[in-house]
Amino acid sequence: MQYCGDFRTSYEKDAVVFQTPFIKVCMALFLAGLLALPYLLKGEFMWVALQIVIASIGAVGLNILTGFTGQISLGQGAFFGVGAYTSAYITAKMGLSFWLGIPAAGLMTAMAGMVFGIPSLRLKGLYLAIATLASQFILEWIFIRWEPVTGGSYGINVPRPSIGGYVFDSDSSFYYIVLAIAVAMILFATNLVRTKTGRAFMAVRDHYISAEIMGISLYKYRLLSFGISSFYAGVAGALYGHSLKFVSSEQFGIGVSIVYLAMIIIGGLGSIVGSIFGAVFMILLPKILSLATEMVAADFPSIARLAISFEQGVFGLIIVLFLIFEPDGLAHRWKLIKAYWKLYPFSY
Amino acid sequence: MALLKINDIHLSFGGVKAINGVSTEVTKGKIHAIIGPNGAGKTSIFNCISCVYRPQQGAIFFEDRKITGMKPDAIAHLGIARTFQNIALFHHMTVLDNLMLGRHLFLKRGFFAGGIYLGPARNEEIENRKVVEDIIDFLEIENIRKKPVGTLAYGLRKRVELARALSLKPKLLLLDEPMAGMNLEEKEDMARFILDINEEWGVTILLIEHDLGVVMDISHRVSVLDFGVKISEGEPAEVAKDPHVIRAYIGEEDDLIRNLEAR
Repeated sequence: MQYCGDFRTSYEKDAVVFQTPFIKVCMALFLAGLLALPYLLKGEFMWVALQIVIASIGAVGLNILTGFTGQISLGQGAFFGVGAYTSAYITAKMGLSFWLGIPAAGLMTAMAGMVFGIPSLRLKGLYLAIATLASQFILEWIFIRWEPVTGGSYGINVPRPSIGGYVFDSDSSFYYIVLAIAVAMILFATNLVRTKTGRAFMAVRDHYISAEIMGISLYKYRLLSFGISSFYAGVAGALYGHSLKFVSSEQFGIGVSIVYLAMIIIGGLGSIVGSIFGAVFMILLPKILSLATEMVAADFPSIARLAISFEQGVFGLIIVLFLIFEPDGLAHRWKLIKAYWKLYPFSY
Repeated sequence: MALLKINDIHLSFGGVKAINGVSTEVTKGKIHAIIGPNGAGKTSIFNCISCVYRPQQGAIFFEDRKITGMKPDAIAHLGIARTFQNIALFHHMTVLDNLMLGRHLFLKRGFFAGGIYLGPARNEEIENRKVVEDIIDFLEIENIRKKPVGTLAYGLRKRVELARALSLKPKLLLLDEPMAGMNLEEKEDMARFILDINEEWGVTILLIEHDLGVVMDISHRVSVLDFGVKISEGEPAEVAKDPHVIRAYIGEEDDLIRNLEAR
């Protein structure tokens, strides 16, 4: 839907992402808000913000694979691990720079993703999901057993990045690096999905036979989707490792894969902004719940243990309710809200 | 000159013989129709041409080049586009995106340029958008260009599918029942579009259609199939008089097919 008076007089103008001055101002304010975040949040909350930005990268990556290309992957957690270990090995064991470690982590994971994506050439839907589950288990096994590289069950201590002697040691300074990488990668994804490659992904998802008739090579685009998605996972995993300053195999279990699938389903499949909403939701909600439980426990010590055990249940319940009442994800709700305010106060 | 040559193809699924030795030629610049009762093997022939199926025997030649055994996505590169009997559009994408997808072959920039967007990828998008807009104008679907295909009415979807096939700028266009389920007015529109595509754009058309009135009116040549066998071929007027065709449509058993089954 367009605003009244929003006339696009050329195809160039029609192809702009942020169309109106109002939206441009909103985006600028949003970015300014993100930049100001370290001044507003302290301690634990800064950590949560940092994790949300990292998770956004991973969720956007998974959404490219699952939401846009229609290939369910249960191996995202392990792909995070590949990225985290690659960057950890390069920075901690080889002593090279963080700025080399991050792209290397992305490329390494992209290669791993494409290898484990080979079954997608033959398998679809739930069968592919189970095949990617194999990648999760195989990679986890490698993380534990390949001790010279991964440090086995001891893990690896990872340094924070530095530029010319300045070490980004605090969460708030590291946040700026992560934010810059995230903004660049999310913009890249936004452009990707509205050009040739993204359209081909969606065509493969919606109707693969007719995609093939249109001249799209299914092999190429299925593998490319795995590659790009894994690149995002690798970068997110590497940043996660550097944020924790420690990498070990327990951080990349099947649970992580499932949390990321939940993020994109709750946020909205096939939507870049939805992936970000999903990441915010899945990381913020447990935090809010645990704060609420702490408050309840402080005020009513008699039910403290009960409240803590309810926390997980409530988390599950909220997700279930969300899926029932918002099956198209937060991105859809966001669209409805925007449409409502565009016409406000005349809602017809 | 024969643009497409089908040379004695046989296709069977287990015991079912879908196509049993069909040969025909499609002349460049003509509208060639394939008709026949349900299950005659018409769509199977289309699927063989677009290499979704591979015939067990025989071969198909496009511009004197053998295409049987090629991959379906390679066929599009040669200049063959098609529409499907039960619409195969990308339902979650807009009309415009569907048509831009038809331009996939003509977009040369890879994913990296696409992600960066500024510069080459953007110019390429806009150039191809212009081509697509010409087709949108031609098929009179300007008002729905930004709508998701899934929300459109059936007749419009058929038209969008035709538009998508056209955006490949094909030499040969395969239309599988372009008028199925349409009312008279929509059929007339579609017939007019097909004639215009053939006459103005010089695209050779091979079409399957059940509405014999339309077929006899617009096509230059008609092939009739029954039980996977070509029982007649010729000018529309000749075919309409052919006793084999009349028998096939009335439903009487035909000696041509009986002899074949006895073999």
